[in-house]
Amino acid sequence: MELIFERSVPGRRAVRLPTSDVPRAADLPENLSRPEAPGLPEVGELDLVRHFTALSRRNFSVDTTFYPLGSCTMKYNPKALEEAAGFFARSHPLLPFLPSGERFVQGSLGLIHELSRLLAGITGMDDFSCQPLAGAHGEMAGMMMIAAYHRSRGDRRRSVVVPDSSHGTNPATAAMVGCQVITVPTAPYGDMDLDAFRQVMNGDVAAVMMTCPNTLGLFNPHVAEICDIAHDHGALVYCDGANLNAVLGKVRPGDIGFDAIHVNLHKTFATPHGGGGPGSGPIGVKAHLAPFLPAPRIVRGADGGYGLAEGGDASIGRLADFFGNFGILVRAYAYITMLGRDGLIEVSEHAVLNANYVMSRLQGWYDLPFPGPCMHECVFSAARQMKQDIHAIDIAKHLIDRGFHPPTVYFPLIVREALMIEPTETESRATLDHFIGAMIEAAQLAETDPDTLRRAPLTTPVTRLDETKAAREITVCHPAG
Amino acid sequence: MSRSGYSPHTVAEIREMLDTIGVESIADLFSPIPSGLRARSFPLPEGMSEFEMLDRLEVRAARDSREIVSFIGGGCYDHLIPAVVDHLANRAEFATAYTPYQPECSQGTLQALYEYQTAIGRLTGMAASNASLYDGGTALAEAALMALRITGRKRLLADCSVNPFWRQIVRTYLANLDVELVEIAPVHGVLDRDAARALFDDRVAGVLVQNPNFFGSIEDFSDLASAAHRHGALLVSAVYPVSLGLVKSPGDMGADIALGDGQSLGNPPCFGGPSFGFMAVRTEHIRNLPGRIVGETVDREGRRGYVLTLQAREQHIRRHRATSNICSNQSLCALRGLVFLASLGKHGLVELARLNRDKAEYAKGLLGSVRGVVVVNSAPTFNEFTLRLPKDAETVVERLLGLGIAAGMPLVRQYPGMGDCLVVTVTEKRSRQQIDRLAAALEEVLWS
Repeated sequence: MELIFERSVPGRRAVRLPTSDVPRAADLPENLSRPEAPGLPEVGELDLVRHFTALSRRNFSVDTTFYPLGSCTMKYNPKALEEAAGFFARSHPLLPFLPSGERFVQGSLGLIHELSRLLAGITGMDDFSCQPLAGAHGEMAGMMMIAAYHRSRGDRRRSVVVPDSSHGTNPATAAMVGCQVITVPTAPYGDMDLDAFRQVMNGDVAAVMMTCPNTLGLFNPHVAEICDIAHDHGALVYCDGANLNAVLGKVRPGDIGFDAIHVNLHKTFATPHGGGGPGSGPIGVKAHLAPFLPAPRIVRGADGGYGLAEGGDASIGRLADFFGNFGILVRAYAYITMLGRDGLIEVSEHAVLNANYVMSRLQGWYDLPFPGPCMHECVFSAARQMKQDIHAIDIAKHLIDRGFHPPTVYFPLIVREALMIEPTETESRATLDHFIGAMIEAAQLAETDPDTLRRAPLTTPVTRLDETKAAREITVCHPAG
Repeated sequence: MSRSGYSPHTVAEIREMLDTIGVESIADLFSPIPSGLRARSFPLPEGMSEFEMLDRLEVRAARDSREIVSFIGGGCYDHLIPAVVDHLANRAEFATAYTPYQPECSQGTLQALYEYQTAIGRLTGMAASNASLYDGGTALAEAALMALRITGRKRLLADCSVNPFWRQIVRTYLANLDVELVEIAPVHGVLDRDAARALFDDRVAGVLVQNPNFFGSIEDFSDLASAAHRHGALLVSAVYPVSLGLVKSPGDMGADIALGDGQSLGNPPCFGGPSFGFMAVRTEHIRNLPGRIVGETVDREGRRGYVLTLQAREQHIRRHRATSNICSNQSLCALRGLVFLASLGKHGLVELARLNRDKAEYAKGLLGSVRGVVVVNSAPTFNEFTLRLPKDAETVVERLLGLGIAAGMPLVRQYPGMGDCLVVTVTEKRSRQQIDRLAAALEEVLWS
């Protein structure tokens, strides 16, 4: 398909700007001026509409297809949330920084304050900051606060412990706050190996980072013990809240010993994922970490009005331009308000029901390295299909031909040929059955006609793409023509 | 059964599914969670219909004032957004997809991001762009880390006329690393070049500047780029993308890393987010970029297509050795940026930039002629400029707010020596009448 740049016709225009009502200013001096107009496309509005509509049709999405991408919680996003976000599109974030300007944004400030309170109740934490702009950004906030906490006690700790099943963001975040990463292997039952964990713990460990439930879709029954061991060594325990969708109303990380958690609002609380973002990753903490929360804080005064407070000296400081991805905060607030207590509990119950249903129906066809019951997702291995030289990726491509977005493949890294399926609670049994049928068909084809799987996908605008060429002959911007 | 969430299951379906699984109840599925670890409480209100929820949120939103005439910017700008931007970017096929890990069924997102990268590359005059970062301030912080990584050095210089919020973010990001950030106080609203030159040596990884800077001044940093390069350091330049319709690009000034905030490109203010950060670099630095990158390739039939490329830089492959921990980015906001830029096109962006400068120059002339008011900027400006008032700026701004005008951003909280100064922002959306009203109100507040 043509690029929008290839549709360009010199002299064509889409948008007419308002006529100026002021005199024309002098040109900028030559040394400050752009010598020629930037090489943007020249197209009409209908060109734009046809182009981007055509592009949109070359995408799978939740609204068009089942999208069981494990770890990403691709649930249906209620349309009312979009409408709610639209109410708040106009407020300028600098207003509350002007003297007595906060009175003009009481609605926005109040919403953030209220959402923080709701998230604290959901996770069992004492306080929240909604500033982090994504899950990984929340992790960074959390690890910076933990580093600041130790520093405030005159304790310089330089390492962070993660299980080998962790999201890549966990070790990457630890590195960004200057820590060494210690990786603990997973025991055969699917949880962090307790003996190995005990052996790596010492007074240099600043934090243990754990996903709960973990990336294998399993709830670790020893999690409280792990928290205790960590605390005995003076380390804090960080919860990667990416999988909170599984345990709403069932488990509150704050109740079982975690000191901090980030919540991926776009996953558990239903913001559309936007082809990669924006997300939002509020960070919640127990009281002993609260002084270190990012600045500025949103506070409620004695008169019930909301205002800003710069953090005290202990605060890790500012982490984002303004107050976080506010539009996503509005959607999460709207979602929690709409579903309420029972609705959120149902979210987790049905997410777990759907995952177990898929798992039980597919376990005769694919290897299940860590047998269930699972929580909100299940992780199969295509190791059995490897005997026919069929890989997880071949099964994924077959699913595309059957109209399903594939599961996450090759993650967690500890599962060979991993297929990580997260159905979410919003999918019907009929959809799950169709998907299960396509998965079984792939397992059968692996035996009877593996070449068909190797050729897939054939129904898409392009067949398999040459990733090696992309990385070798790097073209990331279209050359000016 | 009364439905409280968005799960479609009927009671009968749930029963059948449980039978298939071989358990009695949903509660059985949660049996791996020991009873001692169960939630002690779940203190949330009862749910409600979407109609009741929307009523409630509309009331909350109405507590934000819609009546303020705004002359504030400082990283978030009130620009026109063509209707086509909302219409196309909100298409569910874009909005409800995720990161295009499976390229064959994600060519829409991938090609759009490739086009976005191309637009950013051309706008900034740089060879390579990533597929977006979170926002302007975090992009600056990532650029700072990138300069440290590329040079293997431990010292950064920053012009204090870079957005103070963004510099705070840089400080937060650097706090746990064994590196040093040296900030250079500006003179007359521009970089103190003598101070900068004196600080350059072989320990410096890079220098962080912004164009136009927080005071609104436009500078040519070509000389600074040469000085940095002579010492093996990088020039990191933040830019305001709309200004690039008129202002020389960071690429043309010799910058090594260009970055900025993309909110001004088709994203509403929305109380500060979501926006997107952009980052573009010279070819030799592409493998050090943080975040997703889309690259062109071919399929098995030789047809052109797009994939996420150079993923070995990223956290899901490289883990603790990744160039950044970023995973989710601001893809949908970047798509808005692309549609915005394409809807204006080559000449439209120049016109938009000119309209901003024309309005701001008119305002600068008018406000600068109010008795006792002085324009601080010694350099040309784009759509923001700094005024020195004969009175305390916070007091004046507060009184003007009472008249329904957000006259500008007082500087005292970020620049303690500038208690009588404020930055005024004038976009194309402000009318001559509104500017005249600001000038009259300022005159009145100052002198009557």
